[in-house]
Amino acid sequence: MSPKTLYDKIWDAHVAHEDEDGTTLLYIDRHLVHEVTSPQAFEGLRMTGRSVRAPDKTIAVPDHNVPTTLDRAKGIENEESRIQVEALDRNAKDTGIHYYPVSDVRQGIVHIVGPEQGWTLPGMTVVCGDSHTATHGAFGALAHGIGTSEVEHVLATQTLIQKKSKNMKVEITGKLAPGVTAKDITLSVIGKTGTAGGTGYVIEYCGEAIRDLSMEGRMTVCNMAIEGGARAGLIAPDEKTFEYCKGRPHAPKGAQWEAALNWWKTLKSDDDAHWDKVITIRGEDIAPVVTWGTSPEDVLPITANVPAAEDFKGGKVDAARRSLEYMGLTAGTPLTQVEIDTVFIGSCTNGRIEDLRAAAAILKGKKVKDGIRAMIVPGSGLVRAQAEEEGLAEIFTEAGFEWRLAGCSMCLAMNPDQLSPGERCAATSNRNFEGRQGRGGRTHLMSPAMAAAAAITGRLTDVRELMT
Amino acid sequence: MEKFEKLTGVAAPLDMINVDTDMIIPKNFLKTIKRSGLGVNLFDEMRYDDDRNEIPDFVLNKPAYRNAEILVAGDNFGCGSSREHAPWAIKDFGIRCVIAPSFADIFFNNCFKNGILPIPLPQEQVDLLMKDAEKGENARMTIDLENQVITTSDGEEITFEVDSFRKHCLMNGLDDIGLTMEKVGAIDSFESKAAQERPWV
Ligand code: SF4
Repeated sequence: MSPKTLYDKIWDAHVAHEDEDGTTLLYIDRHLVHEVTSPQAFEGLRMTGRSVRAPDKTIAVPDHNVPTTLDRAKGIENEESRIQVEALDRNAKDTGIHYYPVSDVRQGIVHIVGPEQGWTLPGMTVVCGDSHTATHGAFGALAHGIGTSEVEHVLATQTLIQKKSKNMKVEITGKLAPGVTAKDITLSVIGKTGTAGGTGYVIEYCGEAIRDLSMEGRMTVCNMAIEGGARAGLIAPDEKTFEYCKGRPHAPKGAQWEAALNWWKTLKSDDDAHWDKVITIRGEDIAPVVTWGTSPEDVLPITANVPAAEDFKGGKVDAARRSLEYMGLTAGTPLTQVEIDTVFIGSCTNGRIEDLRAAAAILKGKKVKDGIRAMIVPGSGLVRAQAEEEGLAEIFTEAGFEWRLAGCSMCLAMNPDQLSPGERCAATSNRNFEGRQGRGGRTHLMSPAMAAAAAITGRLTDVRELMT
Repeated sequence: MEKFEKLTGVAAPLDMINVDTDMIIPKNFLKTIKRSGLGVNLFDEMRYDDDRNEIPDFVLNKPAYRNAEILVAGDNFGCGSSREHAPWAIKDFGIRCVIAPSFADIFFNNCFKNGILPIPLPQEQVDLLMKDAEKGENARMTIDLENQVITTSDGEEITFEVDSFRKHCLMNGLDDIGLTMEKVGAIDSFESKAAQERPWV
């Protein structure tokens, strides 16, 4: 048998049908659903008289539109948002899929709820009408975002029409320096490859620095594979993965657990597998980074200065000029002199317990600088509960952060959590696009520790200065 | 799905790289539960000012391009989210073909599901088409899907690649789900085999 990558192995195990030209019906093990990209798909089923083929493999949770303020039990004020969430309530009920409504403590961002509940397991195919489905690749699952037509296709047939991507290996060797996190890894990779560098590929992240990451950190890395253009990012499962999955509500138990484990242990790329593209970065070379522009590839170490448009080549010159103007930055300014108005810690990239612990470690006994709006939005109700149990919530509120309920919140600002024009935000989310966090809002992406540091000083800050 | 065979129309030049889905259709318009009516909000933040007046400089607001059916753009078009609202808005505006050096994966897929033809071409050829598009409304381009040829307003021909299955679906307006349903036997047998091999799934 010819050597295979992890991606090849998962792919091969899910081919339900293959045409001569390679067009494949790929079987989908888990279909996650949220309220924004699904109403038209359910409507499509209704109009054609089709039903959900595998309700038991379909999991839904509202996250994008839900208010995260503590009074959310009183309902959603914005009518369109409310209609969208109500549509999901109704569609979930009508079709019998698994559902975590807003009132359920397990509700949260779909990419945090899936792993937390044990729906995401190694070797699975996982899709969702959401580009950050890549997150689930941290378990050694083939996970990617799909459009609404494909959501309808998966609901109806439990398959997707696919062509295979190419294999790309991203190796992070050695150890990370203090103050450097999973977020810095994933941003640095995108900074190096560009937002289109992964187009046409499935990325496998490997190397000592990746192995050393917790499951939470691995999810952060895979989450942003999409920002690098890749269809999916994945990491081979190991003891940490198995440990994380064990005992989760929907993970297998008893003999089935043993059988699963036996298969999961085979899920790694063969030594002599073929890679179409390889990128290697030394873990030691990665610094705490921030983005300066309006593309996730606009990444620089926090110790750098704002670049000039002329530093770039080709179409990027105009793009950089536009970015700098939008971001209100002048070339040559040290990044650490850029003052911020707002701090947002949360999202499917960095809304897990480990992220909150990292922020709390910096914030303990400190205060948010006067005049700075700071909020922490846990990724799920269970993350929130755990943070309260560990005493993190107290650290946040004492420091002056708002401590919110779970949801996507200011990651994309579909709910009332938004930036005003010109407002500058240190954010742990994944996209710094123009208007992403509110029309005219300016977003700098960074790790939770870096965002916490910025909250204290009121400017972009090298977290290492605050580490003792 | 609407068929795509041959299209002759005005091409609008949008000479920007990394046009993301938040630009194509900002999140305030994702709250709809319908697929239609998004055309007026295509490129909303670039097209209108804070008072909802049109920004005259934006390409689709210029008289020459108000009825554009083709869009020529920079590298990595459609990057960002999976929102199919992006192709819905493009289609609703009246654009049926987008040409760029490269496209983001999910956006690229989503186009085909909505009767839009995305054509990736080498940078030099996109540059040439961009120049052609800049000539305005009298310069009409032709996209011939069957023969996989673009003809510029000067009669210059550029061939392009397209996946054969997708071409077949576009040309015949075929619905993917209907096609897959014909293979339900294969799905059934896959499911029973998988239930044996991986019963925990
Ligand atoms: S947290 Fe942000 S990126 Fe993640 S699913 Fe929600 S909106 Fe998308």
